[in-house]
Amino acid sequence: MTAEAAILSATIWLPILGGVIVLGSGDRTPQVTRRLALGFAVLTFVVSLPLYFGFDPGTAEMQFVEKVPWIPAFDVHYYLGVDGISMPLILLTTFISILVVIAGWEVIQYKPSQYMAAFLIMEGLMIGVFCALDAMLFYVFWEAMLIPMFIIIGVWGGPNRVYATIKFFLYTFLGSVFMLVALIYMYFQSGSMEILAFHDLKLGLTEQILIFMAFLLAFAVKVPMWPVHTWLPDAHVEAPTGGSVILAAIMLKIGGYGFLRFSLPITPDASSELDWLIITMSLVAVVYIGFVALVQQDMKKLIAYSSIAHMGFVTLGFFVVFIITTRGDVDSGAVLGMQGGMVQMVSHGFISAALFLCVGVLYDRLHSREISDYGGVVNVMPWFAAFLVFFAMANAGLPGTSGFVGEFMVILASFRADFWFAFLAATTLIIGAAYTLWMVKRVVFGEVGSDKVAVLEDINRREALVLGTLAVAVLILGVWPAPLIEVMDVSIENLVRHITVTKL
Amino acid sequence: MQTILLIIVLAPLLGAIVAGLLRNRVGRTGAHQVTILGVGLSCVLSLYVLWQFAYQDAPVYNETLYTWMVSDGLRMEIGFLVDNLTAMMMAVVTFVSLMVHIYTIGYMAHEEGYQRFFSYIALFTFSMLMLVMSNNFLQLFFGWEAVGLVSYLLIGFYFKRETAIFANLKAFLVNRVGDFGFLLGIAAVAMYFGSLDYREVFDRAPEFASATINLGGGVEWSLMTVICILLFIGAMGKSAQMPLHVWLPDSMEGPTPISALIHAATMVTAGIFMVARMSPLYELSEVALSFILVIGATTAFMMGLIGIVQNDIKRVVAYSTLSQLGYMVAALGASAYAAGLFHLMTHAFFKALLFLAAGSVIIGMHHDQDIRNMGGLRRYMPITHWTALLGTLALIGFPGFSGFFSKDAIIEAVHYAQLPGAGYAYVLLLLGVFVTALYSFRMYFIVFHGKGPRDEHALAHLKESPGVVTWPLILLAIPSVFIGYLTIGPMLFGDFFDGVLTVSAVHDTLGQIHYEGALAFLVHGMQTPPFWLAMAGLVTAWLVFSLQPKIARTMGNTFGWLHFVLDRKYGFDEFNQAVFAGGSKLLGKVLWSVGDRTVIDGVMVNGSAHSVGRVAAVMRYLQTGMLYHYAMAIIIGLLVLLGWFVLRG
Repeated sequence: MTAEAAILSATIWLPILGGVIVLGSGDRTPQVTRRLALGFAVLTFVVSLPLYFGFDPGTAEMQFVEKVPWIPAFDVHYYLGVDGISMPLILLTTFISILVVIAGWEVIQYKPSQYMAAFLIMEGLMIGVFCALDAMLFYVFWEAMLIPMFIIIGVWGGPNRVYATIKFFLYTFLGSVFMLVALIYMYFQSGSMEILAFHDLKLGLTEQILIFMAFLLAFAVKVPMWPVHTWLPDAHVEAPTGGSVILAAIMLKIGGYGFLRFSLPITPDASSELDWLIITMSLVAVVYIGFVALVQQDMKKLIAYSSIAHMGFVTLGFFVVFIITTRGDVDSGAVLGMQGGMVQMVSHGFISAALFLCVGVLYDRLHSREISDYGGVVNVMPWFAAFLVFFAMANAGLPGTSGFVGEFMVILASFRADFWFAFLAATTLIIGAAYTLWMVKRVVFGEVGSDKVAVLEDINRREALVLGTLAVAVLILGVWPAPLIEVMDVSIENLVRHITVTKL
Repeated sequence: MQTILLIIVLAPLLGAIVAGLLRNRVGRTGAHQVTILGVGLSCVLSLYVLWQFAYQDAPVYNETLYTWMVSDGLRMEIGFLVDNLTAMMMAVVTFVSLMVHIYTIGYMAHEEGYQRFFSYIALFTFSMLMLVMSNNFLQLFFGWEAVGLVSYLLIGFYFKRETAIFANLKAFLVNRVGDFGFLLGIAAVAMYFGSLDYREVFDRAPEFASATINLGGGVEWSLMTVICILLFIGAMGKSAQMPLHVWLPDSMEGPTPISALIHAATMVTAGIFMVARMSPLYELSEVALSFILVIGATTAFMMGLIGIVQNDIKRVVAYSTLSQLGYMVAALGASAYAAGLFHLMTHAFFKALLFLAAGSVIIGMHHDQDIRNMGGLRRYMPITHWTALLGTLALIGFPGFSGFFSKDAIIEAVHYAQLPGAGYAYVLLLLGVFVTALYSFRMYFIVFHGKGPRDEHALAHLKESPGVVTWPLILLAIPSVFIGYLTIGPMLFGDFFDGVLTVSAVHDTLGQIHYEGALAFLVHGMQTPPFWLAMAGLVTAWLVFSLQPKIARTMGNTFGWLHFVLDRKYGFDEFNQAVFAGGSKLLGKVLWSVGDRTVIDGVMVNGSAHSVGRVAAVMRYLQTGMLYHYAMAIIIGLLVLLGWFVLRG
């Protein structure tokens, strides 16, 4: 293993090691614990940077590959690698993790060492999910990831946390069990646990459909897609701010990633057969969930529903591919939709993180998430209000922010599939703006809503740093998305080529 | 050239950033200095660019600045296209913006959020420039939405006022309805042309003249009609055409300077600019042109009528703006793009002037905007009065004033139009002339003539506004009077727009007007119906609102139903509020409580949990923990098995 090749291992195990050390440092000196956690988070980010700078965007091959035998009896390997699809998501993870540590700085007074440790360990596990190329390794990371999240919501969560954690756990676990069955089946068919071997595995249509449905259960729950989305608002409402941020910014992306890494390349014919199902579910998510978000009274629930609607664009972008390629009268657009979905994932990582942090800022001060408890916040917290309005605009897909890029690409692509897909997807321009800005109106603008609001203090330096960093990220991606597109371009093109060739 | 253009765009942006982010560091004076410096520089350079294009025949500038992204072979870029049209728009935008910046020093002198205000209007200038200077659809959409954002921020500038924050949300959402169509139009362009670059799209447009698109149901639609109408829906939002006009009157909740800049002179004309820019596409669809013509004429007439019954000084001017935008749109529909743009320019000057004059009156009246409380102000505010009179004369199209030339050209062009609906449009536009004169001079007589304000307190403090307010009025009054006479030749009948606007020979309505110099046009205009209608409106207003105010009351009583309809603005607001706002909330509630909570969570998720629970509750009785129960079960099981074997054997 060369030095370069160990980068992935380092980004996985460094935060996990850090988590263990932070855990061991105990809660007697919380300040030391926090600094330690921050140190590890920053270090992990730095370690992950070569993934971007050393990345060769000219090839769709896996890069930074590490492969050593793990369980030789079943031909299971410790096999890691990234391509243009997983690399941006790993950087997103290491970036957001730093902000989560900072965001929980003084806020978490109860067992800070365990809180920080849970996040660091989860960071490592999520990165593991993104770069595992062995199905067994992937599955281990995938399931292990649930445990820290379960603990974070269960220990630092709100009053109804037990219901939320059980719902979260059972929902996601139910989905993943079927995935495990599918993985084992493919192991018996191919004699290998390598995901890339599954890509080339010949499968009949019936097999493909069954495998596709098994994956769909796992990934649709994670994304989450309508109608298996109801765990998400509950989990968000009960989770502490940091938990919500990780959940929205990273965990949901794992579902989207799963479609690209498993469902589409392994079962292209089933995906093509059942694309109407996914497209319907996605469009329902965009429209139906948008209306549901409109009437939420709880800020976190509103943002959670907004997340579901925005993730609808991701799956829509991934699955219009088949209709575009079979239409014949349009020469391109498939790659556009898929890249749009990817950009939407990254962008949503920034924006939803920022919005949940904004709610966290308010919650830390007033201990309420009810929209009606606020009003006129701008009078006492002008800087906070500026940030919230900015991120709300990004959430509403304003051009110049990252929120626009993915939606724009997906709408452009779905227009090529069918006018009415684009029509329904584009309604988000109106509905998305309505629910986001209506919330802003009721929370931020107006006369000071109550005596409690009147004494609110504006954001401190720490909060300004976190929100400011995200604002810059949202802006850069909105004004110049080319670098992100470039790194994923070849991988996505390769994927589109792969899935348009039938396996039958 | 590129450096100059970059400075023009970036100077206001820099001013906005400094005034906004360093608001405490630079203070009030610093904020207006830095933004005025930025916009002033931008204005001077824009005028230089205009001079280059108008007199030096500078070549069209069309360059890419940077590549936003390339995906799937579709290049999306940020770049500038500067030709005569752009240069004219740049000059108008930066000039009016500069006037408004200076004016604001006086208008906002005692307001909180001074720096924020300057930051916003400078940011607006940047966004508007990006919009007009774009060389592609993507950047157009960027600017399009960015001006919408600033408009949202500025309408809600007085964020404590419930009406203001209602109005800005409404404005944003209604604009989004337009943008919804606009975005789909852009998607269609991207799909069929494989490019978002103006030049490429316009060059290839004729290839698609007879292309069709299937929107389901097996009916084939003309591609160009679909694209043009979708794009025009965006223009209907931004340029406030019926039925998407509802946001503009409410936008008057914002401070008056921005009503002048954004909601009269520049942003609302973005739709006009866009359609004119896309003339190579619009020329290919008569259906779309006819649609535009009818929408524009309807807006011009119906919104003007509402202006007659308004009592808020700003709302009168706002409805007047709606009506004038209708005229511009109607011109576009008649393929008289140049006339639409010409009216856009003259209107920008005289309407900004009228708004700023209204603002000056509002300053004098201590922020009372009800014209019924005003009167006789000409004695107290002479400069405001005279400039407002000039603006009003320009607005009604009094011969010789700028508005006369532009409006007359539009009406003439529509007269020559052969499209379906042209006759209808012509009649409405003619009637609109009468209506315009009526509401304009109604306001003029009520505000500036008659007895002074009844309120003693108001009367005691009534005085002319300071120089930073009156100077912009004077500077805007000059073009309001003269610019029409001076520029009608080159803009409408000369070669100013050659190579910029495309007009197919069969639609060339402007070309049918016999033009032999501005003076001849003037003399001819005084023999046509618009002139007499305007005079009739003026005289009616004088009779009814100045000489014999009793008539106004009698009329109001006799035509109570009409007054009611106009006062309610035809019920658009009530309808939207009940159907769209109320309907969405109801739908959301139903989907949430029935869909999410009852069906998905209640039946599927918790339902399956409960059924597991129920099964478990029964199964539990099998595990009693009593050893003899288990022993008994084993014995019975054994007996059954043995019995089965025996009987089978």
